[in-house]
Amino acid sequence: MKPTDIQNPEYFHKVVDCQYACPAHTPVPEYIRLIAEGKYTEAYMINWDSNVFPGVLGRTCDRPCEPACRRGRVEEEPVAICRLKRVAADNKGDVQQHMPHGPFASNGKKIALIGAGPASLTVARDLAPLGYEIHLYDEQKKGGGFMRSQIPSFRLPESVLDEEVNYILDLGIQKHFNQYVSSLKEILEMGYDAVFVGSGAPRGRDLPDLPGRQEGAANIHIGINWLASVAFEHTSKIGKKVIVLGGGNTAMDCCRTSRRLGGDDVKVIVRSPFAEMKASPWEKEDAMHEDIPIIDNHVPKSFVIKDGKLAGMTFEKVHAVYENGKRKLVPTGDEDVFFQADDVLVAIGQENSFPWIERDLGIEFDKWNMPVVDAVTYCSTNKKVFFGGDAAFGPKNVITAVAHGHQAAISIHLACEGMDMMQRPAPHVNLVSQKMGIHEWSYDSTVSDDERFVVPQADKKVTLVNRKQEVELGFDRLHGFKEAQRCLNCDVQTVFTESKCIECDACMDICPTSCITFTVNEEEDQLREHTKVPAHNKEQELYVSDILPTKRVMVKDENVCLHCGLCAERCPTSAWDMKKFFYNVTKAVNACQQETVM
Amino acid sequence: MTYVRPKFRHPELKKNKLGYTVSYYEGALSTLCAGCGHDSISAAIVQACYDLDIEPHKVAKLSGIGCSSKTPAYFLSNSHGFNSVHGRMPSVATGANLANRELKYIGISGDGDSASIGMGQFVHVIRRNLNMLYIVMNNGCYGLTKGQDSATADPGSKNKTGHVNTFQSIDLSSLAIELGATFVAQSFSGDKKQLVPLIKAAMKHTGFAFINVISPCVTFNNNVGSTKSYDYVREHVEATGTIDFVPEMKEITTDYAEGTMEHVVMHDGSIIELHKLAQGWDPHSRISAMNAVQLAKAKNEILTGLLYMEHESQELHDMLGTTEKPLNTLGKDVLCPGAAKLRELNATLR
Repeated sequence: MKPTDIQNPEYFHKVVDCQYACPAHTPVPEYIRLIAEGKYTEAYMINWDSNVFPGVLGRTCDRPCEPACRRGRVEEEPVAICRLKRVAADNKGDVQQHMPHGPFASNGKKIALIGAGPASLTVARDLAPLGYEIHLYDEQKKGGGFMRSQIPSFRLPESVLDEEVNYILDLGIQKHFNQYVSSLKEILEMGYDAVFVGSGAPRGRDLPDLPGRQEGAANIHIGINWLASVAFEHTSKIGKKVIVLGGGNTAMDCCRTSRRLGGDDVKVIVRSPFAEMKASPWEKEDAMHEDIPIIDNHVPKSFVIKDGKLAGMTFEKVHAVYENGKRKLVPTGDEDVFFQADDVLVAIGQENSFPWIERDLGIEFDKWNMPVVDAVTYCSTNKKVFFGGDAAFGPKNVITAVAHGHQAAISIHLACEGMDMMQRPAPHVNLVSQKMGIHEWSYDSTVSDDERFVVPQADKKVTLVNRKQEVELGFDRLHGFKEAQRCLNCDVQTVFTESKCIECDACMDICPTSCITFTVNEEEDQLREHTKVPAHNKEQELYVSDILPTKRVMVKDENVCLHCGLCAERCPTSAWDMKKFFYNVTKAVNACQQETVM
Repeated sequence: MTYVRPKFRHPELKKNKLGYTVSYYEGALSTLCAGCGHDSISAAIVQACYDLDIEPHKVAKLSGIGCSSKTPAYFLSNSHGFNSVHGRMPSVATGANLANRELKYIGISGDGDSASIGMGQFVHVIRRNLNMLYIVMNNGCYGLTKGQDSATADPGSKNKTGHVNTFQSIDLSSLAIELGATFVAQSFSGDKKQLVPLIKAAMKHTGFAFINVISPCVTFNNNVGSTKSYDYVREHVEATGTIDFVPEMKEITTDYAEGTMEHVVMHDGSIIELHKLAQGWDPHSRISAMNAVQLAKAKNEILTGLLYMEHESQELHDMLGTTEKPLNTLGKDVLCPGAAKLRELNATLR
């Protein structure tokens, strides 16, 4: 193999699994260390810069970082990254002093943002300090989008959401709330320099053709609409017997909300096998904890109407058969099953809907009726119209919407400055030795043996009677510290300098997880077989040195490195050093100020 | 500074026949200087014991005093250990071995511990062919007292302060061959490919197995002009041949030309394969081994690999005709047969 090019920041970025997996590339280990040091405000600000809604995401994030966490490969459970974010948010001091303050000198440009969800709010935050006049449109009375309408208050208290939405609105954003935009043409005619569409995926899927759908309509609700109606306090109760159809996180929110609005006998009924449900495992657990059974492998067949009113539903039992990697649900042949219900909530997915975008505005739509959006610039085929969040590529999650927002903001800024949108700004990177003394590091290199701590929850007796009582209580400071100590500091990189190595093998002998091998150089596939423990996880890179005096190379399998620093401690010549790698995605505010890379 | 090794290990570590991963053979975290050759030798012992499926509780590790003699703390935490008096490890090993012949004995010593204060003990344990592995971690200096020349420092070798050694050095391997050691090898801490199979073969040998391992002292004797530095040894090393240790019942496949390979079958059926034998060297002849060592010396080379081995050797127990069983398995009636037996014995001596 060729020697690894550590000058390319993406190499070390990939070693920081959590940060790499985060759509917004939040510098996770950096803020976790700050939490361990009790610097909650600083930890919050690292998050705020990257993901804009630390308090919201610390409770509700889909946490793609956690399955990626290296800790999950050396023991059972990853670090509770998401809940640590909440520790920063819960314990922070005055963060507003670290945020930009208006009024900002105008740059004479006007931007419209359609929909006040996380994507639009991110664009607003990134562009407002640059002097843009920002107009934010939303049909609801408050900002937040689906974070407000779909995430129930027992998971995300309204006060937390209000606080973080207001940090952005306070930057001098022109609010046009309670105003449904029914024509993009009208908006474009208002002379905006750019329009960002962050209108989400607002249409909940229905089962229009199922027998009884029309007759039972009064008691059959579309999940996301019903949740919004609860959030805005138009709905305050539901029948005693409730069936929730669907296996995603919306279904989990529907069933748990039902329990709080009078549903005693709430069931989730889903077509797919339990293990393949889309809902996050922890959300399924929380639902089951609230005495909600999840009945899998049942396909809805009909709504049963008695005396003109919904009485329940029948289901066909199925089992999953896999052919060529594709799943088919095949009827088991058992008799259909009937479940009683006073109300049914349909939470079987949601989709985009753009009835308000005229098709003659130069915005191309594809065969699925989705706008054609560039995956790098988030620009549509109309160079003034940008898309982000669920509106761009279909329903995902908050953190993805934020990531889109950052990139769209950069594109809008570059476009308004007359620069090439494809010339993306390079990330901000820094690599600094952590050596303090002969065997001293400026990070806590000791590897904690603790297993993942469980976040305490409020008593069911309290939470089930009050829709607004938050269920999760969050870690206290002590447990926040202990959980933070589980982090392996993967951003503190093992950096190898060939010219200093005397090939004493000390690093290879000491490495607790057998990451380092000195061997003859070969092609990657052979080299992976000849490391001390074969490097079979191909998603993880091999760090290969140049040829050493004995004609061997140093090969390090990054897979299960504990970043404990022992290789560097046992190195007599400092050929190994522990260097902290800081990587931050450049935001719009600096996008035009630095050199650009392809 | 890290004092405790993290508990996590690679999740895909392989288990040996006993169901242990290599981590079960580890010891405490070393407190020797970073880069010390001794740590590599410890790692080689760990690897060899793991490979040989040795039950750690059937091993006793013994040492004297010095940096080398600290290392038994850094391997085989689950084995018996005895850190004895300076230079007196052979006596303790002899006593332990006579009391319990079923354990495997690993003696660790250094050039100070064996070639100076313990020289008397060293030569006599060789004579007696005690069944043990005796490793000298040889760095040519007294590392623990800041690097004074030891008795194995080569004449002309320069130490860190710039002092050039004017005395002759003691060549422990030649001495061992001369005194009748039944297995003698020499190696380099920086060459585990050679060292691990040598340790394995030595542990399978019945009788006294001696390995002299050049092990650079990074702090006091790794300077230019030293003949025990990483660079010097790498430049001057010459192997008798490559060595492979093959567990029994494994088919021997070879890609070496005929006449360049030799098999040595050990007691338990395992095999040592020697490849690319140096010209004119016969590992079973003391004279040939001595010649090879002296020839290399004359050429300023450090000869490593297996130097000599006696295939069927009589170890101390065989010579003394001692009991087959460890003393701790014998009953009191056998160990203390009583006054009548004593009288009987005395009568035979009158």
